[in-house]
Amino acid sequence: MAKVTFNTDLCKGCGLCVDACPKHILEIATDKINMKGHSPAQITDQSACIGCASCAVMCPDCVITVEK
Amino acid sequence: MSEKVLMKGNEAIAEAAILSGCRHYFGYPITPQTEIAAYMAKRMPKIGGTFLQAESEIAAINMVYGTSGAGYRVMTSSSSPGVSLKQEGISYIAGADLPCLIVNVQRGGPGLGGIQPSQSDYFQATKGGGHGDYHLIVLAPASVQEMANMTVRAFDLADKYRMPAMLLADGTMGQMMEPVEFPDIKANKVEKPWAVTGTQMKRKHNIINSLYLNPEELEKKNEERFARYAEIEEKETLYESFMMDDAEYCVAAFGIAARVSKNAIVEARAQGIKVGLIRPITLWPFPKKAFDEAADKVKGFITVELSMGQMIEDVELATKCRRPVIPCNRTGGMIPSPDQVLSAIKKIAGGDQ
Amino acid sequence: MIVFEKPKSLTDVPLHYCPGCTHGIIHRLVAEAIDELGIEGRTVGVAPVGCAVMAYDYFTCDMVEAAHGRAPAVATGLKRATPDNIIFTYQGDGDLASIGTAETIHAATRNENITVIFVNNAIYGMTGGQMAPTSLPGQVTQTSPYGRDVKTVGYPIRMCEMLATMEGPEYIARVAVNNVKNVRNAKKVIQKAFENQVNGLGFSLVEVVSSCPTNWGMTPQKALEWVNDKMIPYYPLGVYKDRSAAKEGKE
Repeated sequence: MAKVTFNTDLCKGCGLCVDACPKHILEIATDKINMKGHSPAQITDQSACIGCASCAVMCPDCVITVEK
Repeated sequence: MSEKVLMKGNEAIAEAAILSGCRHYFGYPITPQTEIAAYMAKRMPKIGGTFLQAESEIAAINMVYGTSGAGYRVMTSSSSPGVSLKQEGISYIAGADLPCLIVNVQRGGPGLGGIQPSQSDYFQATKGGGHGDYHLIVLAPASVQEMANMTVRAFDLADKYRMPAMLLADGTMGQMMEPVEFPDIKANKVEKPWAVTGTQMKRKHNIINSLYLNPEELEKKNEERFARYAEIEEKETLYESFMMDDAEYCVAAFGIAARVSKNAIVEARAQGIKVGLIRPITLWPFPKKAFDEAADKVKGFITVELSMGQMIEDVELATKCRRPVIPCNRTGGMIPSPDQVLSAIKKIAGGDQ
Repeated sequence: MIVFEKPKSLTDVPLHYCPGCTHGIIHRLVAEAIDELGIEGRTVGVAPVGCAVMAYDYFTCDMVEAAHGRAPAVATGLKRATPDNIIFTYQGDGDLASIGTAETIHAATRNENITVIFVNNAIYGMTGGQMAPTSLPGQVTQTSPYGRDVKTVGYPIRMCEMLATMEGPEYIARVAVNNVKNVRNAKKVIQKAFENQVNGLGFSLVEVVSSCPTNWGMTPQKALEWVNDKMIPYYPLGVYKDRSAAKEGKE
């Protein structure tokens, strides 16, 4: 099963992963902030993930690890 | 080679550098030191070394920074206007605690100036030149033999104390030909665990850098560096004392000015004036103690320089201005004559002829 | 099975770059190339003056901080001293195309066997958004507040096109990192630029058309759109010179 994990405290909430995801299953959290005060990215539906790694490819901060 | 050869001062520097284990030279043509580049261009390829004529003196000093960072003995040479170009690079080298040799064969200035000899880069060499608090070890040869000896010394001191060294010669030293011998020079190897040789996956990465955005850290770096400088002032100051034992007057001069002065001193002695010479060989560290002690014994000083008077300030400072110091200067490429120096000696000695 | 993770050649130090700044992507592509070629232990990088000045904290290989614009000269000094090491520079548009123009051109003409990563975001980021030699005509910056007026300050410089006319360099290419497809292609091109050095082929430069959301006054997303709509038309992507490929073509 494809799976993405976020190293949340490194995320700056830039949203490039959200735009890149072809399945549109990423979002910027509206109800939490990380250690740096950013609203981090998170996945809405892990089961829909196809492990394409588009999100990780666009992430400038190596926040995302992708497994298949 | 330990037999004497007749060589140009500029070439003696180059040969001594090679014998000291320097295998990298980056330079740019400028009169009156281009012979150093030409000599290196011929010699380096034959011994598997690097000779590169860089696109500018700025590029050359930055190539020196790179090679030095990798842990290798490296040098560049230029003359006054080109050395001005190098100042930022020199400040970076000093700030990154890297060793190297910079040769300045001085010519008339300021600006494009002239191509005849001068000593008017004394301030630039000893009081900074580049931005920030730092020093270079500055050596002033007064013969072709010293051009060779001081080159060897410069590489050793630069490696020992992790700082740039400068050979401050003038056009006469660079162009004159004298017999020189190169004794067996053991290229002293110093361990450089800080060098960027590649981690080989065996250690954490090394960083060659002079940026410390945290002011406390930058202050600490400066203080550590100046502690090394204090050690150098203690241990590495060099000067020559000539006829100073019973001297009542002291001439202060380096390089070509010192050679001219010796002639004048011998003549003055013949005329009954007890005068001697203190010749700084390290301009930084300046032989402050020697001048301070001399000021207790002599009645006055004469500084002889090929400039409008720069070293004179260090003589006044070292003697705490407690004796008269009169300058005997020529500039623009003019060289003082022994007669001129003799007149200055007579002036301070109070008798007129 | 992990199909994507942070490369080993990047340290654990969190990047200081602005949210959505493409420096992070480019650093990762460089680190991936170093990992995949297995050269971490013999690589030395040269950091610029600019936003990436602290690149020396982000790569696990030995690093040297260079004076503004002088990285190709520093890299030359490193490469001549340690020719078996892989030397790369990482420079911005001011560093490479303004103060460092001479060093860039001469390292290229000498075919110095180094890899140059040129981050072109048409602005001086670190100092607060001044005009760069690659700022577009009409582009508003702190030092071109009425828009870049080509009549008084001249036209932007297309470095790849210029360097590709030279006989010296081995490989000159321009890529972008504004979308997934371009990032994947940029990765391949950057890897080739490092591979060329490993194979002793010579000077390989990759210009990466990048964004600066903060100083362009845009969101990261809008900034990448601006790269697509305005930058890439002025700085077309492609391989401008590939000497080995050209040679092979003739054989």
